[in-house]
Amino acid sequence: MIGLTHYLFVALLVFALGLFCVLTRRNSLGILMGIELILNAANINYLAFARFGPATYDGQIVAIFVIMLAAAEAVVGLAIVLGIYQTFHSIDVEATETLRG
Amino acid sequence: MDLANVDSLSFIAPEIVLTVTMLAVFVLDRAVRAAERIGDAVRGGLALALVAMVWVPHELDGWLFARQLVHDPFAAFFEVLFALAAMATVWMSMGSAEVRRMQQGEYYGLLLAATIGACFMAASANLLMAYLSLELLSICSYALAGFVRHDRGSSEAALKYLLYGGVASGVMLFGLSWLFGLCGSLDLVEIHAALVAGSVPPATLTIALVLILAGLGFKISMVPFHMWAPDVYAGAPVPVAAFLSVASKAAGFALLVRVLYPTMSMPAGGGAWDVLGGVEWPQLLAVLAAVTMTFGNLAALRQQRLKRMLAYSGVAHAGYLLMGLVVLDDTGLEAMLFYLIAYYFMNFGAFAVVGILHDHAGSDDLGAYRGLARRGGMLPAVAMAAFLFSLIGVPPFVGFFAKLFLFAAVVQQELYTLAVIGVLNSVISVGYYFSVLRMMFVEPPAADAGVVETTWHARTLHVVLLVGTCALGVAAGPILGFARYSLQFFSG
Repeated sequence: MIGLTHYLFVALLVFALGLFCVLTRRNSLGILMGIELILNAANINYLAFARFGPATYDGQIVAIFVIMLAAAEAVVGLAIVLGIYQTFHSIDVEATETLRG
Repeated sequence: MDLANVDSLSFIAPEIVLTVTMLAVFVLDRAVRAAERIGDAVRGGLALALVAMVWVPHELDGWLFARQLVHDPFAAFFEVLFALAAMATVWMSMGSAEVRRMQQGEYYGLLLAATIGACFMAASANLLMAYLSLELLSICSYALAGFVRHDRGSSEAALKYLLYGGVASGVMLFGLSWLFGLCGSLDLVEIHAALVAGSVPPATLTIALVLILAGLGFKISMVPFHMWAPDVYAGAPVPVAAFLSVASKAAGFALLVRVLYPTMSMPAGGGAWDVLGGVEWPQLLAVLAAVTMTFGNLAALRQQRLKRMLAYSGVAHAGYLLMGLVVLDDTGLEAMLFYLIAYYFMNFGAFAVVGILHDHAGSDDLGAYRGLARRGGMLPAVAMAAFLFSLIGVPPFVGFFAKLFLFAAVVQQELYTLAVIGVLNSVISVGYYFSVLRMMFVEPPAADAGVVETTWHARTLHVVLLVGTCALGVAAGPILGFARYSLQFFSG
């Protein structure tokens, strides 16, 4: 029988993968994908807690909002990355390093 | 009171005014092409929103929109602060050559949307609302930071802000999901009730809180989540950097106080608070406050560019402000609110002067300030001196009283180590603030440096902020009384 713990474990795994992706990737799009993984890990948590927790729809509603927000963030994020590509001709975060100190 | 959707509308009149202004700006941008008109329209809208903030009935506290938002003096305090911050930002933007080259409609529209997000953030009564409003503020800020097209610094600032911000808010969302699971509700008051009942395992709760601190620490630029601040401030247009340093930071503090105080602690009588759920966050915050202010001040010492210096100074000030949260007492929170008012005047002032020089010399290099007082820039130089003295904490400026109240609250709770670290930090900060003063007043102007001309528009802003910085120090008592009044949380 699959219970709450299984879902939480999967969510933790996805969260760890997302964090690992964010910390190791040098490509801006790769980092954005890592952020999506983190958001989806949180979504799994919300749904699992809502399924096994109190009989309200709070968790599901949060998940829907987070999916929407992830899309909004991706829109702004991709526009910024596109701007970076036009300016620097690269989307590597190290190639765009001009501000230091 | 617990109001449903339609009844709540009159209580969010300020936000409605801001939204209508935002939509009007987009239309105006198409209809009229004069930049000043749009700036004036935004200022009018903000003034109307400020009137609405006063007009909204303050004697009634309660929940709005079926417990999504809360209407209480604490939220009202921050709403006014954010509207004033947006007002100063618009004022600064209208005189800024940097902003004049941009798409006016989008710029002011995003600024207003960010302000609305900040207002809702301070008023959120629910984890979902808190997260949504934080993202509204963040996503608009990412776009604002990168608003200068084909500019390397600005593009890079936007990218860094986006990536750091996305990770921080994602981590915070994961922490919030654990808080939701542990307490069985998204409602802050019900979370409080679950913590009072004591059925929540402290170890898991601590982890959730640390994850939430990552997101909020990012907003207030707390070490170790401060890395974005210097790069973003350096690359973003000057008015945007000023907005981020004051409004964004204040919004982070508003939500942090809401989560830590009425939710994760309970009043213990006489203004003191007790921690709930067995999480020792005051100790954690005390260490973070000490590290944040020390790191910020030491890093600022090495800076040769004013925007970066002010960014690190902002990190240091986040450390001072955090001290107000550590003391677990109303005096600390009052001092923190007072500090935010003071910070508004002195930091916006400093950025306003940086904006003048940025337009004149095209850079915010320390060298550009050489002999400023002797080449036409007497008012900016004198104003800057006042703002910097206030940031150091020299009497009779408002910054002195802000620090005084904060340190007094810390000493009153016998946290002597923290108080000593704070005072030592104020001494360190003299080093970098004075290098700017020396450059402006002592060093002779470079031979090829032109006369700095200021418009009456910029001078008005300088004078207003200068008067605030000087006069609020004299009127410290009533302002502190106002902060005390604002420290009321509605919890049913």
